[in-house]
Amino acid sequence: MTRNLIRELFKPYLHNQYLDKESDAAILTNLSGNIAISTDAFVVNPVIFPGGDIGKLSICGTINDLAVSGAKPHSITASFILEEGFSMTELEMIVSSMSSEIKNLGIALVAADTKVVPSGLCDKIYITTTGIGTVIPDLEQVSGGKGIQPGDRIILSGTIGDHGAAIFCARFPGQILTTIMSDCACVYPLIEMISSFGTGIRFMRDPTRGGLATVLCEVTEKQAWGITIMESMIPVRNEVAGLCDLTGLDPLYLANEGKFILIAAESISNEILTSLRSHPLGENACEFGVVTRENPGRVILETPIGGRRLLTMLSGDPLPRIC
Amino acid sequence: MNTVEALLCAIRNEADQPVRLMEVCGGHTHAIRKFGLSVLLPETVTLLSGPGCPVCVTHTGFIDQAIHLSQNYPVIITTFGDLIRVPGSAQSLEAARADGADIRIILSPLQALKLAENERNKQVVFLGIGFETTAPSVAVTILTALERGIENFSVLSAHKIMPPAMAALVAQQPNLDGFICPGHVSTITGQDIYRFLAVDHGIPCVISGFEAADILESILLLIRQIKEQKPRVEIQYRRAVKPEGNLKAQSILHEVFVLQDDWWRGLGIIAKSGMIPGGRYAGFDAHKRFKLPEFPETDNPNCRCGDILRGFITPPECRLFGKTCTPDSPIGACMVSFEGTCQAYYRYQN
Repeated sequence: MTRNLIRELFKPYLHNQYLDKESDAAILTNLSGNIAISTDAFVVNPVIFPGGDIGKLSICGTINDLAVSGAKPHSITASFILEEGFSMTELEMIVSSMSSEIKNLGIALVAADTKVVPSGLCDKIYITTTGIGTVIPDLEQVSGGKGIQPGDRIILSGTIGDHGAAIFCARFPGQILTTIMSDCACVYPLIEMISSFGTGIRFMRDPTRGGLATVLCEVTEKQAWGITIMESMIPVRNEVAGLCDLTGLDPLYLANEGKFILIAAESISNEILTSLRSHPLGENACEFGVVTRENPGRVILETPIGGRRLLTMLSGDPLPRIC
Repeated sequence: MNTVEALLCAIRNEADQPVRLMEVCGGHTHAIRKFGLSVLLPETVTLLSGPGCPVCVTHTGFIDQAIHLSQNYPVIITTFGDLIRVPGSAQSLEAARADGADIRIILSPLQALKLAENERNKQVVFLGIGFETTAPSVAVTILTALERGIENFSVLSAHKIMPPAMAALVAQQPNLDGFICPGHVSTITGQDIYRFLAVDHGIPCVISGFEAADILESILLLIRQIKEQKPRVEIQYRRAVKPEGNLKAQSILHEVFVLQDDWWRGLGIIAKSGMIPGGRYAGFDAHKRFKLPEFPETDNPNCRCGDILRGFITPPECRLFGKTCTPDSPIGACMVSFEGTCQAYYRYQN
């Protein structure tokens, strides 16, 4: 059954010179420099949601991890676990999504595997992808952020909370009428555009699970410097803000799947913003914070009315409020 | 100068004597912390957080009853999100779900009723918590269940009403100069439920909205009432609250629910403060339907939720706060709920 699945469904969408050989391993001959590898498992529920599906997410999520680590994506692998009885129509949609993303990026799916398990032993479909990339010169520092210093500016590539809000709504089908869509997208094109700024870019990360607040808290923890951010400068779509008001969710902690945060030297922050905004994925890019000598190890948020509060990590899953 | 700046300026000018103002609404607790209001107010104004979070005042015995139900009967438990992490005496609903209990988060009690319609061979029990804001939607659900003949639906109710708790607070907290009254409760009840506080106890009351400007204006109105020495009930949240409230919702509440003595975590038993389905709707009371045993209240002796709910101390003064009691591993209910005083402090530390 698995052989039929591969032949009739996967191959038409995903075939290439590597997979067509049907060998046990792909031999990659055209990699040079420092290699970046990232792997992730995707178990999102529901598997199809406004703005994307688990297939698109499995490619974008892993490629974005490479991109924000300063690596140009080269190739990707994918492993599928399918629940027996999973809809072939939905599976085809998912595989087609993956194929589109892979083609748009100009990379290759060099290895793949499929297993089918009895009904009840997995929730429809799980996908694990591993991405391989080559580190762009002068961007080796961006994943660790060792070069961050007071005065550096904090930039966001676009609106926050879209993916988390879309998934939340999708889990209550028919209960919440909304146009909110996931922002699931590969951010590498944006990072490629600004890669020439080199060491002026101190740090990059994509704010997935735990959201913007969690990334900022993680990077600041135990550092000799702090971060101050302006809540009024953080772009949030009206619909996402409305959903959060209604349910008690906080956009600062909602997942994003097509955005990244970067910390850059003050001298280049305006140019970076101009570059990002010239691309459709970066049209809402903004500067929203600064690295400070004060409050080392802490993230301070200035509220829209001039109050201040400490931002902390997310604990547990966000839960909707009662009243 | 914008509205917020103008209000802050007025408060700084007029708050020339110390005042202690208590809010009794989880939404206000959250908003005050979220906007960072405390750091903007003069030192003469102290804001206290009272028992306004319905999750926080739900006693451990209620959680234990719900878990007992899920483990001993073929039921589907449906609940609002916050309740799922509240610790019972041994475990939370979330932990019970991980152990195999069928416990589902829903956004509305009508979802629970729909589930009951679709799963006729199982009993669906809705865990009803919340004050006068939430109870009407539960009452409507019960009315609908009766009308449609959906017999496999019931409510395990911990619904409560505010005024008896506010009276208990006044008796226990003598240094209270004013109440910021709950905005959304008041959309249902109207303003008269607070009248006894002003008339019998001389405590100014202002019903407040939830934006920064709403809360600041309410604080200013309270300061002025205190200085004028003319305590009364005022509505600041005029865009949502009518003096008479929502008469239809009140009528539905009176139709479906009866009052009984109820346990408020931190305050103890308060007479005639809890609502359960009564009269021709008594059959929808899950407590009666399943003949549930009572479970005692079992708080950690070091947990100071009670003192925090009564405004005696702030969360950092509890030795467990931020150390053994965190949002990840809450010991008291004040840390579990998004609107709980301790979680609001922890998340929005000023």
